[in-house]
Amino acid sequence: MEPEAAKLIGAGLASIALAGAGVGIGHIFGAYLSGALRNPSAAAGQFPNLLLGFALAEATGLFGLVIALILLFVV
Amino acid sequence: MATDNETVGGAVGNGAEVEAFDPMHQFQINRLIPVDFFGIDASFTNSSLFMVVAVVLISGFNIFSMSGRALVPGRMQSVAELSYEFVANMVRTNVGSAGQKFFPFIFSLFMFVLVLNLIGMIPYTFTVTSHIIVTFALAIVIFIGVTMVGVIKHGFGFLKFFVPSGVPAALLPLLVVIEVISYLTRPISLSVRLFANMMAGHTMLKVFASFVVGLGILGGWAPLAFMVAFTGLELMIAFLQAYVFAILTCIYLNESIHLH
Repeated sequence: MEPEAAKLIGAGLASIALAGAGVGIGHIFGAYLSGALRNPSAAAGQFPNLLLGFALAEATGLFGLVIALILLFVV
Repeated sequence: MATDNETVGGAVGNGAEVEAFDPMHQFQINRLIPVDFFGIDASFTNSSLFMVVAVVLISGFNIFSMSGRALVPGRMQSVAELSYEFVANMVRTNVGSAGQKFFPFIFSLFMFVLVLNLIGMIPYTFTVTSHIIVTFALAIVIFIGVTMVGVIKHGFGFLKFFVPSGVPAALLPLLVVIEVISYLTRPISLSVRLFANMMAGHTMLKVFASFVVGLGILGGWAPLAFMVAFTGLELMIAFLQAYVFAILTCIYLNESIHLH
């Protein structure tokens, strides 16, 4: 296989990481909503934790993006 | 990320038309005032310029808005007090009273990252935080500082940080190695989180902007609507990443002060 083709395939494979980030973000917001609808008075206090969890979950997907960029432009 | 322009053009395609839509072009660093410091390239770049702009904005805003020192704050003073109270609350809930002496550091860090992220959202400006060297420098300073705080406070007792409590002795050799590795990857994950979010967001905006131009007056409206929504999302991300950066610093600080 051409090394250039292998790099492009590898970069494409690295973007699969976004699937995990999607599951994680969906789970966080779903769990927050179901908790907030059961106990609306406690929901506001947990909003910072929601944002923190969202950002942490999103970052794992972006690590995959970084690997893709390294494969495309650095290697 | 100092991307070579030709490499990007080669990966996407060739020709002058691609150059105009090159989504990586916005991250290019230009030397404004070349400085050669004993063989090290210490030029004043557009990146440095926007850092200076951010520092001037933050200092100027805080000094100007608090100069009145009114008991009942006006609009400007309210914003300054709001940002102070926001960060002070973050430090109080995450680190406790022992963290109050680190409040100025966390406040400067939060405001610096926030203003850099927000300046980057203005068209034709430069996003300093979309370069990994800037975020990594911030993260490694935090990492070394937090480790030193722990070592000064606990001495050799700081090594207990790497030994999780309540686990079978047989598992300890494995777990200590894992704890040490996860501790050492903190500066990488902290810096890559901010850098990747900002870079991915700005690249996505640029790609969608090129769709608007490419589809023309008839078809360009649909991506334009997406652009408006994405710009709103990016503004939220700009704030969120500054918040996460500051709050993770608080959490790391808390762990090295209180050891779990």
